[in-house]
Amino acid sequence: MLNLELVRESYNQARSLCKKRIVVCAGTGCIANGSLKVFESLKNSIALRGLDITVSLKSEDQNNLKEHDVYMIGSGCQGFCQVGPLVTIEPAGIMYGHVKPEDAEEIVEKSILKDDPIERLLYHDPVSGKAYKGTAEIPFYTRQSRTGLKDCGHVDPENISEYIAHGGYFAARDAYLNYDSEQICKLYQESGLRGRGGGGFSTGLKWEFARREMNDKKYVICNGDEGDPGAFMDRSILEGNPHSVIEGMMIAAAAIGADEGYVYVRMEYPLACSRIRKAIQTAESYGILGDNVFGSGKSFRINVMEGAGAFVCGEETALLASIEGKRGMPNPKPPFPAQKGLFGKPTVINNVETLALVPVVLRDGVQKFRSLGTDKSPGTKTFALTGHVANTGLIEVPFGTTIREIVFEIGGGVLDKDGKINNDSFKAVQIGGPSGGCLTSEHLDFPLDFDSLGQIGAMVGSGGMVVMNDSTCMVETARYFMTFTQHESCGKCVPCREGTRQMLEMLEDIVAGEGTEETLDLLQEAGEAVKITSLCGLGKSAPNPVLSTLRYFRSEYEAHVNAKYCPTKSCKALTPISIDPELCKGCTLCKRVCPVGAISGEVKKAHSIDPLVCVKCGACVATCKFKAIS
Amino acid sequence: MEKYVYINDRPILWEGETNILALARKAHIEIPTFCYHSDLSIYGACRLCMVELEGRGLVTSCSTEPFEGMRIKTHTDQILKLRKTIVEMLLANHDQECTKCSRASDCKLRDLSNRLSIDKVRFRQTRERKPKDLGSESLVRDPNKCVLCGDCVRFCSEIQGIGAIDFAARGQNVNVAAAYGKSLSQVDCVNCGQCAAVCPTGAITVKSHIPQVWDAIHSADKYVVAQIAPAVRVALGEMFNLPSCDLTTGKMVAAMRILGFQKVFDTAFSADLTVVEEANEFIARKSRGEKLPIFTSCCPAWVKYAEQSYPQLLENLSSCRSPQQMFGSIAKERLPKQLNVEKEKLFVVSIMPCTAKKYECKRPEFVHDGIADVDVVITTQELGKMIKEAGIDIASLEPESMDLPMGFATGAGVIFGNSGGVSEAVLRYAADKFQIPVPENIVLQEVRGTSGLREASLADGNLRMAVVHGLKNAQELCDKIINGEAEYDIVEVMACPGGCTGGAGQPIVQSAKQRKDRTTSIYHADRAMPMHRAQDNPFINELYSALLDKPNSHKAHELLHTAYKHRKRIDDDELSLSGAGSEDRCKVRVCVGTSCYLRGSQDILAKTLKMVEENAWGNRFDIGATFCSEKCDKGPTICIGDKVIHHANLKEVKEMITKHAEAREK
Amino acid sequence: MSASYAAAHSFNKVLEILDRYDRSETKIIPILQAVQEEYRYLPQEVMTFIATSLGVSPARLFGVATFYSHFSLEPKGKHILKMCDGTACHVKGSLAVIEAIRKRLNLTAKKITTDDMMYTFETVSCLGACGLAPVLVVDDEVHGQVTPEQALQLIEKIETEEKENA
Repeated sequence: MLNLELVRESYNQARSLCKKRIVVCAGTGCIANGSLKVFESLKNSIALRGLDITVSLKSEDQNNLKEHDVYMIGSGCQGFCQVGPLVTIEPAGIMYGHVKPEDAEEIVEKSILKDDPIERLLYHDPVSGKAYKGTAEIPFYTRQSRTGLKDCGHVDPENISEYIAHGGYFAARDAYLNYDSEQICKLYQESGLRGRGGGGFSTGLKWEFARREMNDKKYVICNGDEGDPGAFMDRSILEGNPHSVIEGMMIAAAAIGADEGYVYVRMEYPLACSRIRKAIQTAESYGILGDNVFGSGKSFRINVMEGAGAFVCGEETALLASIEGKRGMPNPKPPFPAQKGLFGKPTVINNVETLALVPVVLRDGVQKFRSLGTDKSPGTKTFALTGHVANTGLIEVPFGTTIREIVFEIGGGVLDKDGKINNDSFKAVQIGGPSGGCLTSEHLDFPLDFDSLGQIGAMVGSGGMVVMNDSTCMVETARYFMTFTQHESCGKCVPCREGTRQMLEMLEDIVAGEGTEETLDLLQEAGEAVKITSLCGLGKSAPNPVLSTLRYFRSEYEAHVNAKYCPTKSCKALTPISIDPELCKGCTLCKRVCPVGAISGEVKKAHSIDPLVCVKCGACVATCKFKAIS
Repeated sequence: MEKYVYINDRPILWEGETNILALARKAHIEIPTFCYHSDLSIYGACRLCMVELEGRGLVTSCSTEPFEGMRIKTHTDQILKLRKTIVEMLLANHDQECTKCSRASDCKLRDLSNRLSIDKVRFRQTRERKPKDLGSESLVRDPNKCVLCGDCVRFCSEIQGIGAIDFAARGQNVNVAAAYGKSLSQVDCVNCGQCAAVCPTGAITVKSHIPQVWDAIHSADKYVVAQIAPAVRVALGEMFNLPSCDLTTGKMVAAMRILGFQKVFDTAFSADLTVVEEANEFIARKSRGEKLPIFTSCCPAWVKYAEQSYPQLLENLSSCRSPQQMFGSIAKERLPKQLNVEKEKLFVVSIMPCTAKKYECKRPEFVHDGIADVDVVITTQELGKMIKEAGIDIASLEPESMDLPMGFATGAGVIFGNSGGVSEAVLRYAADKFQIPVPENIVLQEVRGTSGLREASLADGNLRMAVVHGLKNAQELCDKIINGEAEYDIVEVMACPGGCTGGAGQPIVQSAKQRKDRTTSIYHADRAMPMHRAQDNPFINELYSALLDKPNSHKAHELLHTAYKHRKRIDDDELSLSGAGSEDRCKVRVCVGTSCYLRGSQDILAKTLKMVEENAWGNRFDIGATFCSEKCDKGPTICIGDKVIHHANLKEVKEMITKHAEAREK
Repeated sequence: MSASYAAAHSFNKVLEILDRYDRSETKIIPILQAVQEEYRYLPQEVMTFIATSLGVSPARLFGVATFYSHFSLEPKGKHILKMCDGTACHVKGSLAVIEAIRKRLNLTAKKITTDDMMYTFETVSCLGACGLAPVLVVDDEVHGQVTPEQALQLIEKIETEEKENA
């Protein structure tokens, strides 16, 4: 039987014989930026120097322990894709961004042979221009509390020994050998761990429901159908630390008594698919997965299923339908999957991030897990920070962290329309993607957790967080999200299929200047109907972006429908008519033809138009002899 | 202990109902729904049946199980408003030309819109109008009226086991479609029409042939006679709020004479004839010990289904034509002389409870020299509409009797309308032969009932019968028979649940009681008849002595029997596997349709391809797969050049190919 | 390699795929994925064959194939371009790139494949590479922070290669 202690020990021993360790990020983002070429180039440069290099350290090497000058790995996503490709050099703790293959020579020369950082490759604060040496110093990282993401970007996702050496699979072994299923469910209920996929349901309770079902066959499903545009934490974990997901699934399986699992991954994530497949194979070859898990006599095997392009399959019952080879249409609950799930058997469905946290809870203990976050939402949550913010990427923070901390500190501040950091230009944060709502400056000091967000019409969702500055039109934003959900509606239930379409039509009317006050009322009414009556979570949450912007930015909507004016000038059809003061001669002709008295100005001085009064009849444009009005 | 649920604060006894919707009906509340159908799986899509469950908020009543003491409110202010909004959303994209819709009088959407007092649709049409599917002889599909409740889809797959239609595409573009968006006439649809019967709107309707009937009636050139199927008489009254008792039959006959039918006959007459022919066919097979069980062949939907899916059982189907076609054949043979009209002028109209009959009468084997045995089929619904169109007050008419001789039937022919009826009629005929005691009231309970599969073993196990209705049940039974898990002598199959009384040409069923009443009425009608056994029908006996000689005679075969052919399920192109090449290549076609596939044709195809490839004969052979050469009984079927090989095996095919290749070389 | 060889090869591949998934109707999606990989789309006749093999109705298979956006019932072009239209990409100007590519290839939102079957251009939902927005995938290679000009250059590159190979 596999001896985890031995693997850990021998790996650490082999590791201690390596003088330097280089981690090149090989997540989707960095690969697209050319990190694989950087990897090769570094490897060549090191070899040219006659240094001894290894790219894989395995526990099996213990009989053949060798000293290496450099141990080099490709890691999963480190979350700071914006500055990729990322290269980290240990033990010096140097992190380089935007590395190019041509930089390899210099890196070897200065940072491998010696311990000197190369100034130009370091991360520089966008405001102060200050250079930071590595993750231990960069505010983007230091202000985070990486738990689920901790090993992402540090370990080699394709090296199981490294995962074990970091404490991996010990918790799974405990779950199989030292706990009974009831104890596990109880422990996770006590931990307060809640589903990170959106709903925030207690993981332990979910397991308990499935545990209580009497059935010879049960399933554990990892939901990796992360579809919220702008969120990619599940991809990062599957790419960067696939073994943590497997271990989480094993603990879930032990908790409910399942012997088969599925990982459902979006087809848009080919790298995640191949990494998790490989990790499962390795775990099988190590005897971790198989017919006799850690000698417990219990069996557990995992299949991987690639999605075929349907956002709605992230919804539990739709996901089940999809694995069963059907159209991915949700079904009414009850029956809940815990009672009647995959192929009619009791099934637990957990999201990737949740599963990655599962081993942490058991390994570090309930108390430590609860030490972060709030009482009702303990632990940490990963957000994908994007939009008008200086630092974009994946961040993991404890629940209860405020928007202010996330946007202004970790995010490095809001970018205004000219791309400069200017926190005054903050307008809103759209949280939870197309299912979520927006938070405004009044919520800046609002602690984020499952329940607080629900109260204000938003939701944690999958954790997408789009920062918007004051040049963003909220109506247009709502329209964008509506386009998305409308497109991804499965079309089964009436409110979602018909209602989201009608809402989109109304939003399109509004941005085209064809909306009225009645449109707003009907939009609100339709939104509430869709929210209350839809069959699944997709439909129930689809109106959130609209309803929350209507709530917090109603005046902006009103400007669109009443004054036919887009305050941020984003909506082309509603860009106001204005007079170019350079060209205006002050002839007063326009002022006289304006039917609503929107134009003011003195003779021989530049005139101006009050956009709130203007009805955009175009009379002035036609009258002006100097082509000053447009 | 009795358990109660509180609906609108009134206690309602909960007796195991599986959902709130069914329970609410007991509380005299009809909760609106499109997608709930007690015979089908729960779908939960229309969201109209939402009710307020104390402590849980709004839930769909179709999918929520009752529990003791639960408190439900069915029409709160919020619920009524939401329902209205949802119906408005549906109406926005619904073709609202209600005045021109054949379902205007029984459309659930229209009814609901009325009930909710919707006077304005605040939403706009967002989808482009789509073309109708007019290809089928039996059905018309109009996607612009579809509310996507999926009742048709689930009926077709869950009850009929066919799945000829399913949802296609996603979101806004979701639509109910046959495979690859083809017409129903090009796919495995058997025309049972149950999709139309469960459709809450006019999205799937029965194709109307009323104009053809009016044309014939109004043409001086035509002599129009009608035959009326047994099940029609027990359902027509529903359209006029008449009781479904025998009284309606007489009123119906009177109305039809007023409409202009010159003779009104009874399909039950030819059903009697069917009993005699089929029973004798069975007895002959039984005594010779061949091809058992015998399957009934009265139901054209079942016949088409068997032709598509069970080629290996086709020889077991009774060769008897259905009563409708027997009638047509005898009518065209005898009536011209009896009525003194030219055969070309005789126009036979069938009034049927069935939509598949419209397809059946168009089958080429029932048309001779351009003259069809049955010219037009209209359904019960269509007859009702004609009566309404003519303004006939059927309720006040004095009953009249049908014309002789083909208007005289025994109870045996009448019970054909119910599932189990054909079996019972045959039993009544053959009871003496098998020494089966027949009770005085002639009721053979063994084959009556409502369960999907009923079995009876009579005459000390010498006569084993099975009665199935619903094609899914038939499918399961056929598989068992093929696998040797079940053995019978006679199997009766009716495609529609309940048999012909539940046919899709009948008025739309609004309640379970309605179905039950029809079944009971058929049996009542039987009891009211003077005779109950086909062999007692004097006019049948007259027919034999005057024309047919004896049962299963040569003449009887010519007029009353038929043969079946295998049909492909989907109108598909061949799958070309050898790409473009010179035109004079030898064409090799391997059938990979269901039947040939099961017999190993795919292996032959794969190995043939390999052989051609290995020998680099690609320029000599053009190899393809076809989906059905319609010779399924002799499969695997392979065509090499103009040679057709049945029961092909790999060795034989390889030899043929080699021979061809060598011949080409020379 | 003759066309005949290629077609025969594909058909054998379909059989192999069906066997790999035990001809189980629950494996419809992986089967269709693998078949599409082979043919680059799902030819109707092959679909009917699969339905027969799996014992499901062709309408059901058609329903599954048309539900998921990954499946195509129309042949796709030789080169496939996918533009991400997730939030981050949208905010960072994916629309301009989309318009430029469509104009260059004479395509629309509905017509996604060029008449000469050389290119298929589609927009896809979030690829999860939001840090690099906007993202364009050309024949499985991810390009980040793409401008309309760069997108057109990528097309020109393919054009040149095609001409050289011709």
